[in-house]
Amino acid sequence: MDHPVIRGVRFFMAHTPGLVRHGSKPDREIARDPEVWESIKSHLRSFDDVVGYAPHQVLLGNRTPESLAELDQPWYENVAREAPRNGPHGELVSEEEFYGLLKAGDDFDLLWLDEEFAERSRELLVKHPRVPAADLEKIVGVPPSQIEEMLDDSEKGAKPLQLRDGSTIGLIQHGLLEDPSLAPDILLENLAVKATGTMALRLVMDDFSIAPDQLQYIIGSGEEAIGDRYNRGGGNLAKTVAEAAGCIEATGSDVKAFCCAPVHAMVVAGSLATSGVFPEIAVIGGCSLAKLGMKFGGHLAKDIPVMEDILVGFAVLMGPDDGVSPRLRLDSIGRHTVGAGSVQQAIIEALVQKPLENMGLSFTDIDKYSTEMHNPEITDTAGSGNVPRTNYRLIAAIAAARGDIPAGNDARDEFVAMHGMMGFSPTQGHVASAVPYLAHALDSLRSGESKYTMFLAKGSLFLGRMTHLSDGESFVLEANPAAR
Amino acid sequence: MVDKHGKDDIVVVLGSPSAESAEVYARTVTEGDPSWVGPLAGISLGLPVFHILESEMKDQIDAKVYKEQVSIMESVLETDEIIQAMKNVRESVSV
Repeated sequence: MDHPVIRGVRFFMAHTPGLVRHGSKPDREIARDPEVWESIKSHLRSFDDVVGYAPHQVLLGNRTPESLAELDQPWYENVAREAPRNGPHGELVSEEEFYGLLKAGDDFDLLWLDEEFAERSRELLVKHPRVPAADLEKIVGVPPSQIEEMLDDSEKGAKPLQLRDGSTIGLIQHGLLEDPSLAPDILLENLAVKATGTMALRLVMDDFSIAPDQLQYIIGSGEEAIGDRYNRGGGNLAKTVAEAAGCIEATGSDVKAFCCAPVHAMVVAGSLATSGVFPEIAVIGGCSLAKLGMKFGGHLAKDIPVMEDILVGFAVLMGPDDGVSPRLRLDSIGRHTVGAGSVQQAIIEALVQKPLENMGLSFTDIDKYSTEMHNPEITDTAGSGNVPRTNYRLIAAIAAARGDIPAGNDARDEFVAMHGMMGFSPTQGHVASAVPYLAHALDSLRSGESKYTMFLAKGSLFLGRMTHLSDGESFVLEANPAAR
Repeated sequence: MVDKHGKDDIVVVLGSPSAESAEVYARTVTEGDPSWVGPLAGISLGLPVFHILESEMKDQIDAKVYKEQVSIMESVLETDEIIQAMKNVRESVSV
């Protein structure tokens, strides 16, 4: 059986404190009580604090996930000064830069920036090696009076765009007043998804020397819903991003599967690459703007920073076996079938135990498991528990039941420490689901430090009210045998 | 549900993953949402509430079914802390 490879992955992060008010939860709470925005605003982080935050440095590739276990918590009080905003795995931009990137992707002139701010944003982005001149030309603003006039007219329904300090620097309009699928918040989310996905794709193509016209197919794997009222969620962010990134020989489509979509998409992409249908292929995921500030209530109650202030896009380059890059084993795919049920134990058996048995491996043969990599500092402080730790303990419990490790808490904790890691994803949803560790896994599999990594993702299908089912899919990535 | 069925025939069973979240949900259905942001802010339902990991629930469930569906989570979650949090809430709100 031939297996595809993952050539590279890159992450594009944007610090967006001013956009936190447009997250689903803050938006509803601010509409109910405008004072809520004042409380949130006083707990938003500076750009320097966000750059120096250790979990972000892990995603950028400047420190390892393992190093987090040695760093005193809370990490938000243990911020590195003068940390780099770029790293081997990606980059992090400020909100001043990000608003310019949103405008560059705004083909229908729905987002207006104040002319002075637009100039400031453009000047910052001129230095950016991956923002082409054609994009810079699109970052043009309007007079402040035009913005004020539009925001004052309540019938127009436009929403203000602000910076962290609360100053208004622009607005986002309705696409069509009577169409809820083209409401300002939805268009803003989709523009943010387009911008983050495009920048991630540009990063990965540059770093792995793939020219835009070499890519043949792109698969989108995010949770956004692009479309108008007659085709809500119709999608194809992938092709939108392909155009924005200059991939003129590519087409694409989206794979939708809640948080689990990136893993589904990589399996589909790998199959297309191996079969020869589309040898040069990429999987992308834009951000989840709706999840900004989702747990702000818990963070404010504890008087700690509102940490869901980051948008992340990612892009993964895949292709047929090149004899060098880590291989996605197509005989290792773990599937959560309809009949498997939604009990956690059954899910882990389907996603971990069964594929390992198929491959003739034990639980301890997998050097690292990448699961839902939620940052515990964000979730635990807001009552959602330590998600990765719970997942690792579940895997350990099944490993013990199978006899791969001894029973008892000591063996469990040893397994978790050795085969797991602390969560470091800046956001929940599809971005957090197994993907964050991918770049570190490629490094480790290439260097020979590890041989097998398992990626497992779960999705909450029941949230859509159409089924009580969960979802899940997994795969094993292995060091390329030809390069060992 | 309380409006439709009344309080007398309802018991709330939680499956939340931590002591802290168990306490928040337990307080929400007894004295009202402690975070004051959800629909039950300021509404005191006074419902009896238990966590699925507590013996009061476990003892009433077929042992085979419990083993298949729940028992692995006993070894995964901080079960003792969750049970203590539930006891604290019940004592402090005297349901």
